[in-house]
Amino acid sequence: MYLRHREDGGPGRTTGLNRRQFLELTTLAGTGLTLGVLLPGCSPAGTGTGAGTVAGPSAPLEMPFVRIAPDNTVTVISKHLEAGQGVWTGLPAIVAEELDASWEQMRVESAPAKVPMYGNLAMGGKVQLTGGSTATANSWQQLREAGATARAMLVAAAAQQWKVPAAEVTVSEGVVAHGPSGHKASFGELAGGAAQQPVPTQVKLKDPASFKIIGREHLPRLDARAKSTGTQQYAIDVRLPGMMTAVVMRPPRFGGKVKSFDAAGSRAVPGVVDVVEIPRGVAVVARDMYSAKKGREALKVSWDESAAEKRGTTQILKEYRELARGKQALIAAQSGDANQALAHAVHRVEGEFEFPYLAHATMEPLTAVCSLGANQCEIWAGCQFQTLDQATAATILGLKPEQVTIHTLAAGGTFGRRATPDSDYVSEVASIVKATGGKYPVRLIWTREDDITGGRYRPLNYHRVEAGIDKDGKVAWRQRLVGQSIIGGTPFEAMMMKNGLDPTAVGGNAAEEYDLDHTHVSWTRPKVGVPVLWWRSVENTHTAYSKEVMIDELAQAAGKDPVAFRLAYLGKHPRHVAALKLAAEKAGWDQPFAKQGGRGRGIAVHESFGTVVAQVAEVTVVGDHLTVDRVVCAVDCGIAVTPDVVRAQMQSAIGYGLSAALSGKITLTDGHVDQTNFHQYTVLRLPDMPRTIEVYIVPSTNAPSGVGEPGTPPIAPAVANAVRDATGVKLHTLPFDLSAARRAHA
Amino acid sequence: MSIKLTVNGASRELDVDPDMPLLWAIRDHLELSGTKFGCGMALCGACTVHIDGAPTRSCITPVSAVDGKSITTIEGLATAAGKAVQEAWVALDVPQCGYCQSGQIMSAAALLAGNPKPSDADIDAAMAGNICRCATYVRIRSAIHQAAGALAAPQSKGA
Repeated sequence: MYLRHREDGGPGRTTGLNRRQFLELTTLAGTGLTLGVLLPGCSPAGTGTGAGTVAGPSAPLEMPFVRIAPDNTVTVISKHLEAGQGVWTGLPAIVAEELDASWEQMRVESAPAKVPMYGNLAMGGKVQLTGGSTATANSWQQLREAGATARAMLVAAAAQQWKVPAAEVTVSEGVVAHGPSGHKASFGELAGGAAQQPVPTQVKLKDPASFKIIGREHLPRLDARAKSTGTQQYAIDVRLPGMMTAVVMRPPRFGGKVKSFDAAGSRAVPGVVDVVEIPRGVAVVARDMYSAKKGREALKVSWDESAAEKRGTTQILKEYRELARGKQALIAAQSGDANQALAHAVHRVEGEFEFPYLAHATMEPLTAVCSLGANQCEIWAGCQFQTLDQATAATILGLKPEQVTIHTLAAGGTFGRRATPDSDYVSEVASIVKATGGKYPVRLIWTREDDITGGRYRPLNYHRVEAGIDKDGKVAWRQRLVGQSIIGGTPFEAMMMKNGLDPTAVGGNAAEEYDLDHTHVSWTRPKVGVPVLWWRSVENTHTAYSKEVMIDELAQAAGKDPVAFRLAYLGKHPRHVAALKLAAEKAGWDQPFAKQGGRGRGIAVHESFGTVVAQVAEVTVVGDHLTVDRVVCAVDCGIAVTPDVVRAQMQSAIGYGLSAALSGKITLTDGHVDQTNFHQYTVLRLPDMPRTIEVYIVPSTNAPSGVGEPGTPPIAPAVANAVRDATGVKLHTLPFDLSAARRAHA
Repeated sequence: MSIKLTVNGASRELDVDPDMPLLWAIRDHLELSGTKFGCGMALCGACTVHIDGAPTRSCITPVSAVDGKSITTIEGLATAAGKAVQEAWVALDVPQCGYCQSGQIMSAAALLAGNPKPSDADIDAAMAGNICRCATYVRIRSAIHQAAGALAAPQSKGA
């Protein structure tokens, strides 16, 4: 056990609330230290505990992140969106551990939009958002303290009621007890008394060696049953009295605007109640989704395309190749003398890499519900950027942000798509409500076609890499990346971009991840009108690929084993070493590998979002058909709060990354997106999932880092390296096309 | 046009455009939200329901085609196979975002109803039409095998 004072922000990046902020947030004016009313909209029982009143024995203990109810449930208030990544299990696990609760009594609900109370501490604490695989990392200290605080107050209440020393009161599995006197009580029985206790100024946090819930091999997901019975509510499931359904017709080319429209046909469709122009297009509002879609089919819009992007991806890529040879670029990394070293290299490899635009294609298409009242509005959505969504809706509706209530529902996937700096779909629903005067609540649904053609893609990228090794084994690496900036022009630019360099365009390159003597990594930012966005693991989706494929080709050119070669350049990266060695060991890398029948194996390692992942892929190539048979994955994410969720996220990220590698591609012709639905934007299906995925977690005592994204970057290069091992074919263009690659490198 | 059908064992009547896809009739008019919209073109399987026991994509099935038929949605799934599938889903923590899982479960329950001991190849064939962007496929495979095992166990006989 060790003591941690509240004013201590804790280790690493998490800063926590200090004592003063904590009290500001957790006390009702005039009630001193009573934890009664804290969460407007979340605290039905709290409003009765005004100044001078005493919470009754059946009152809840209510705090910003924890509510203990008289029915003995413990509800964790999640400031983060649950989109599948498991935060509704991981965050409650952290609280339950310090609280010594039983897992069966744990519940979870979404926090309201409220900063700084629910700000993301990894992003400065002023913005409530889920992203960058930060949910567990930034909540770790905060929720441990929340659990320990609630525990201390339960103990104090028990000591007071039983008239025994607090030091003799124990808590285990949701039961508070005093051994010498034989007293026992549940959390629910003590909640009302605990609510009257002063907030402790210091709380004891557990020694990680005594963790019972954190790190438990299988801790059942709190949302598994609702999601296995069709009862989990998503935004698309919200029904309000009088609610109408809207779809929007958007410009056929990015950057287009409405010139004029003829709604006569739409209005003639039974069920259509309104057709209104909004800044992003024309909305058809109807009594149900069927009528809304029919109404949109009958809508005639004339577009102003004077500022629209009219190039196709073939043209854009051609321009990228030319830009990659030009001088205009920003330096992302530079050391030694890459040009000189490359000129004197003993072994040299080079490659041109092409990465297409990629749609996120979440299973639940973007959906939001908005209801306007007098000087207030409510929004239901799978919000990922609550603070921005709230502010954007408020601006559109002429309200103050605090007049906009956000109900964050479970999201049917996001992979980054619901985190748009300009709140695209939330702004649309707010605009429709404004245009229709708030006469009825509106549910906006994007169809799959809206989603696939709607932009916000992983940026198209082109990389040119030259790498060499001299007689002493020193590596030279020169790389040019050409790709759009994701955060340029958004509110994040000021916070994240220095000297025009966008870390979400160039991060995770070889100079960052290996100890190389001579590096020159540069980036050219082209002007393209296709809107782009972060896509599960952001820049690492492409930087890890060119890095791990070229390192592998360099190892081959030097006649070295791919694992041993990497280890030689990871002296300053001990966590890479541990993950790489664990994956290699579990995959039997040092054992003979039978390559008959078109088999091959490859490896890749990459750090992103503070987590290191190494993967070994085993493949079979018959003709031009590729099958991924087995993936062995090792992950160092610090302390694994919920190991089975970590495994699930690695499995998921491998499937998501493999989907892109095998077939993910958005193309444009004359500015029009060529793909519209899953028959053209094909995604990984069950038969293509590797039969075997083994996940091993590197033991660690470090604070947790994220797992939602870091499993994605290594899979594509691991598979590409396995294909090269099997066939000699170099895969430099994504998605993989073995036939084309054979021709290109013949 | 009025369409009479049985939904989850109860008689229901729909007074909607006969061309309306069953999916939207179920969601917007019968107010059962467990059946999900994913693509509208029978490409993803999120909308799978049972029509007289057969797994069917409700997003392209007009309500005129189900007059007099018996529809089962995730809310009414009560067969032994269906229950075994749902219990295996929970036990193995299959769902992540969960949005596609109603459709996955309806497809898996139909598979086990007709083939109580499916091979991996059988599972591939029966489940290839259901997309999961969280790629929970490894656990879906395992859970179907586990459900098949539970159905074969003596205590489940006759359930």
